[in-house]
Amino acid sequence: MFDNLQDQLQEVFDDLRGKGRLTEDDIRVAMRRVRMALLEADVSFKVVKGFVAKASARCMEADVLESLTPAQNVVKVVLDELTSLLGETDAHINLRPNKHPNVIMLVGLQGSGKTTAAAKLAYLLKGEGHHPLLVACDVYRPAAADQLQTLGGEIGVKVYRADGNDPVKIARDGIQHAIDNLCDVAIVDTAGRLHVDEEMMVEAESIKAAVDPDEVLMVVDAMTGQDVVNVVETFSARVDFDGVIMSKMDGDARGGGALSIRESTGKPIKFISSGEKPSSLEVFHPDRMARRILGMGDVVSLIESAVKVQQEEEEAEASERLRRMDLNLNDFLDMNRQIRKMGGVGKLISALPGGDKMMSQGQVDEHALDKMEVIINSMTKAEREKPDIINGARRARIAAGAGVTVTAVNQLLKQYGETRKQVKKMMAAYGDVDAKPGRKGRPKKGGKKGQKAKKGKSRRMGLGGMGGFGGMSMADLKKIQDMME
Amino acid sequence: MGLFSRFTEGLARTREAFREDMNLLLNRSPEVDDDFWDGLEEVLIMSDMGGYSASTIVDRLRGEATRKGYRTADDVMRALNDQIAAEFVEGGQEILGGDPAIVLFVGVNGSGKTTTTGKIAKQAKDDGRSVILGCADTFRAAAIEQLEVWAKRANVEICARERGSDPASVCFETIERGEQIGADLVLIDTAGRLHTSSDLMRELEKVVTVVRKRANLPVHLVLVIDATTGQNGLQQAREFNNALDLDGVIITKLDGTAKGGIAVAVAHYLKLPIVKLGVGEGLEDLKDFDAHEYAAGLVGDFGQ
Repeated sequence: MFDNLQDQLQEVFDDLRGKGRLTEDDIRVAMRRVRMALLEADVSFKVVKGFVAKASARCMEADVLESLTPAQNVVKVVLDELTSLLGETDAHINLRPNKHPNVIMLVGLQGSGKTTAAAKLAYLLKGEGHHPLLVACDVYRPAAADQLQTLGGEIGVKVYRADGNDPVKIARDGIQHAIDNLCDVAIVDTAGRLHVDEEMMVEAESIKAAVDPDEVLMVVDAMTGQDVVNVVETFSARVDFDGVIMSKMDGDARGGGALSIRESTGKPIKFISSGEKPSSLEVFHPDRMARRILGMGDVVSLIESAVKVQQEEEEAEASERLRRMDLNLNDFLDMNRQIRKMGGVGKLISALPGGDKMMSQGQVDEHALDKMEVIINSMTKAEREKPDIINGARRARIAAGAGVTVTAVNQLLKQYGETRKQVKKMMAAYGDVDAKPGRKGRPKKGGKKGQKAKKGKSRRMGLGGMGGFGGMSMADLKKIQDMME
Repeated sequence: MGLFSRFTEGLARTREAFREDMNLLLNRSPEVDDDFWDGLEEVLIMSDMGGYSASTIVDRLRGEATRKGYRTADDVMRALNDQIAAEFVEGGQEILGGDPAIVLFVGVNGSGKTTTTGKIAKQAKDDGRSVILGCADTFRAAAIEQLEVWAKRANVEICARERGSDPASVCFETIERGEQIGADLVLIDTAGRLHTSSDLMRELEKVVTVVRKRANLPVHLVLVIDATTGQNGLQQAREFNNALDLDGVIITKLDGTAKGGIAVAVAHYLKLPIVKLGVGEGLEDLKDFDAHEYAAGLVGDFGQ
């Protein structure tokens, strides 16, 4: 019943796909599933209601109903509406260059991950050349200041803490401490508080008044359910935060709360936090979040499917060959099969940040790999293992066998050559991978995922878009393999 | 004694919010009509019970109401309370009921494990039991210091090692020390971990295996779930249960406006008893679970 929502939606849309033309009733059926998907993703009931009404109306319009691919259009409308509701990518922190120090204040419920987020933020700012100071204002939870101090020590950021039980005074002294120690940003970590705890909300207001923050960020647990609206509305009314950090995104919660927050307060989600590594604070991507909420594939699920594929022997062999930098055309075939098992090139690309945009702009040829496979299938075993032996006569024979031109065969071989070069280069860059295969420790998987996905993106861009297609998927696949070790 | 007189302000607030919702609902429609049913579904969804569960319950109740000829909303609400209460499973008394035991608290980050462990230590100590705390959260910064403060508050002994040490060996030592001092309740706090992290789940499995092998007392595993958790709570419970074979659940942070409806799904699908409720950060903010009270807290109360 609570199984994969993606399959569920797929089912509806598969039913729709069978139809040439959609009726309003079809849309209603689909929207009921969308409604359920959103509710299961913890989007607030009222927000779901409004959203479904809006999306239905949009779907009933003639251009959707009468298009050649109505089902796809319905999916697209739902995704687009969700994405636009989630807002822009806005990871901007309001820092004023001529103010010393700038003050960032963090608020949130107990256990939402404020202290961890404070350290991550400090790490991020430090990386940008700032000199942050962490100010520990949680005087309630036992050892809260110790926690911040330990985290600060680990990332090499100063921490201000003081005895006493007046968080307002500690906050004020913390700012003075930042001035005295030439820190240009002070990050004020406050105690977790319930939105209905009047005393504590007054305290939050007092801290805010005392430190005059340039940026107030609310930390919200991605697992939060329907109550998120009550919580953020109260916090918004009392401390008027500027943006949200969604924490614990390395779990499998769909994080529908992001939509509710956006809808009920209008505040942007600025960062997502996934994992306990200091570097695991990432920019929020509305398109990826929309897919996650609908359960339509994201990097996490992609990696899950990759893990399944990886269990098979043939792939272990392929990665062995990759590690030896010995790449032949059989690897091409293997890659293609693996990618297909993960849901095809389309899914692979769209799961990566910004990928779905490329897909919709038609920059990606989903069948490129299939064409390659046909050509490789027309080669002999020897040719596949040692592509260097392919001469002019062999090319002509292969082209005739595959029903393509010799140019296509040449192109494939050229791509193969480029890929091999890239893999070699990459192996050199990933040199340390060989040194520690199969190492198992306590690294936080989640943080890694996000990070690598980002890296993958920039690497792909560096390869000049989609031209070197084989190389790109190879890079991503290798990356996934690295992650699984 | 009224149904709610035993509740502190914390739970009362939860009920109040619901009552208001339901009053609104009933003013809108004194008879049991479509609006009533839609509204009921909404209230159930808002309690984090889940879209499917809510519509299943409403459909079932609708059938029952027709069959049994309920006339008023009151009748329906009473039937609903019974239905929800019936989802909860009996049992779990052996965990914290007074029998000698070793109890491990597990859960995702920030669910309130350490606070709950501390409160339970205090309560058990006040009941005259001999308690020892073990800090197997050797990962989170200052987790040890946090539990040490709770140990002081509860006036019980604590067994801890430096940060980064092996949690299984801390458990081993705690049990050993517990035997030396003749403790009849060993409470062990573990590090928070997301159920999706297979490395950390494996680590926890190892800890539990060590404890089970070493223990001469019955070992119980309790999952701590934050009441504000949405539908992911069921997934959490499922994964922890698959990996560790849980014995019970504690729902925390019920002093907010979150209703904790996910507990119904957890009880229903995993057949796990709810052993305690956390309703605040104070030493005493721990309540016993009662299925009818919990169900009433979810859907409001019109009998009074």
